[in-house]
Amino acid sequence: MRAAAATLRHELIGLSGVVERNVYLVKRYIWWDVAFMLWTIANTLTIVFIARGVNVSAAEENALATKFLVGGVIWAFLGIIFEIVTETVAWERWEGTIEYTFMAPVSRPVHLFGMGVFAVLYGIVRAAILFAAVVAFIGISVPDANYTAALALLAIASISFIGIGMMTAVLPLISPEKGTQLGFIAQGLMLVVSGVYYDVSVLPGWMQWISKISPATYALRGNRAQILHGAGLEWRDVWPLLVIGLVSVPLGLFVFRTGERYAKRHGKLKRSG
Amino acid sequence: MTLSRIPAGSPPAVDVRDLRKEFVRRERRRRRRVAALEGVTFTIARGECVAILGQNGSGKSTLVRLLSTLLLHDGGSARVFGHDAFRESRAVQRLVNRVSVEASFFKKMSALENLGYAARFYGMTPSQTRGKLPEILRRVGFPADRAREPMEHLSRGMQQKVALARALLTSPVLLLLDEPTTGLDPRSKQEVQEFIREMRAEHDSTILLCTHDMAEAEILADRVGILDRGELLCLEPVADLKRRFGADTLEAAFMAATGRSFEDEQDERDRKELA
Repeated sequence: MRAAAATLRHELIGLSGVVERNVYLVKRYIWWDVAFMLWTIANTLTIVFIARGVNVSAAEENALATKFLVGGVIWAFLGIIFEIVTETVAWERWEGTIEYTFMAPVSRPVHLFGMGVFAVLYGIVRAAILFAAVVAFIGISVPDANYTAALALLAIASISFIGIGMMTAVLPLISPEKGTQLGFIAQGLMLVVSGVYYDVSVLPGWMQWISKISPATYALRGNRAQILHGAGLEWRDVWPLLVIGLVSVPLGLFVFRTGERYAKRHGKLKRSG
Repeated sequence: MTLSRIPAGSPPAVDVRDLRKEFVRRERRRRRRVAALEGVTFTIARGECVAILGQNGSGKSTLVRLLSTLLLHDGGSARVFGHDAFRESRAVQRLVNRVSVEASFFKKMSALENLGYAARFYGMTPSQTRGKLPEILRRVGFPADRAREPMEHLSRGMQQKVALARALLTSPVLLLLDEPTTGLDPRSKQEVQEFIREMRAEHDSTILLCTHDMAEAEILADRVGILDRGELLCLEPVADLKRRFGADTLEAAFMAATGRSFEDEQDERDRKELA
């Protein structure tokens, strides 16, 4: 019992180390982050401004702008989680630290969850800034928004995204040259099928089927209802996210572990690939 | 070639038997299997310092990476303090640290930040490392006023001192040194060598030193091995090695054992670059 507690303590300290390191990196690369934030705000504004050009009543225009805004913010949040977890290996390889991290006595799930925990915290800060900046710039009114329920749903959706991110994080491990790009392709495909700026009902039938296994579909549907209409945490959005999370996290760990063994067998676990 | 100096009743620090590793190389759409290590067998006793000499591509780094749990083997076995390096990798990782030719740090982070990050992986909390990190940096001769500067602003010698501090921080019982002084100025080189002596004397560390530097191997190691094209040709004290090959110097013994000198390899590389 005491040994198990000591192991757990060791792992939690390791997890905090991953989060701490990423905070240091954000501080050191702060101007990159500022530039990326401004780019995201500009990108979201270009989408939300589309609502201003549609010839409808003021209330409908506000609802459409909010729908676009929720799509942009949720995608920025979930996209950053996906991106940070996916780049776990690519980042280390680029910095040249991959060998030291992978020979350190910390379990891979803890390493990957550390990246996930940081990604969620970082994503929340970015999403809050993005939401506030666009609302202030365009003047959207969201008096009924249920922010608590929206945050709770995002937290549940984050688990699935961490799991899927773990699966794509293995790509740079297997293919140092093309792995990161393949991760971006996976992220882009999820963007298309999840109804970020439109209802999934407008998609062709086969894409609608794929949208059912994307956690972003349920996060977007739920968050739109919560921000626009003040809805609570709806079970119809929660249960698919829980199921996807329960499947994707163990599957992600399995895929990553298999990829790591492949990299160790073929000598790819090094800075130059 | 096997040479053991094992205290009765306890496993050796390193026990490598018939260790084999191959890599697949692609050459014009063809895949070719290249042997990096071919049936290497040796043991290292606790507290011993063993140096492995070999040219580029001889398999030195592959050996270090196998013992660091960064590679999986294709045959044979490797045990570190009785733990299987491939099946009990977590147990091995707790016992081993490594200093390689590249310092390998997050470039924008400072020495203190990089060391703090490394310490967490070994279970040390911020309160435990707050006082310890400046003390360790002082011991390896790193100037305190530069501890908060990004690593990219530091010279290679300075970065290597931080790498030594990282190794010292985790108190490894087995320290793997992969050409730790390559490219360093004479003073930094001497400081690294002094550190290796300190690790043995004060921390009772076992050391596997892979190097190009014959003089370094001779002054630091209890036994010297010659690794050539993946084969360990011999592993014995320097005096025995010289006697066996009828050589006055370690370099002459190396040439006699392999049929080549390090200079031959350098000349070969130069020719290829010119071509």
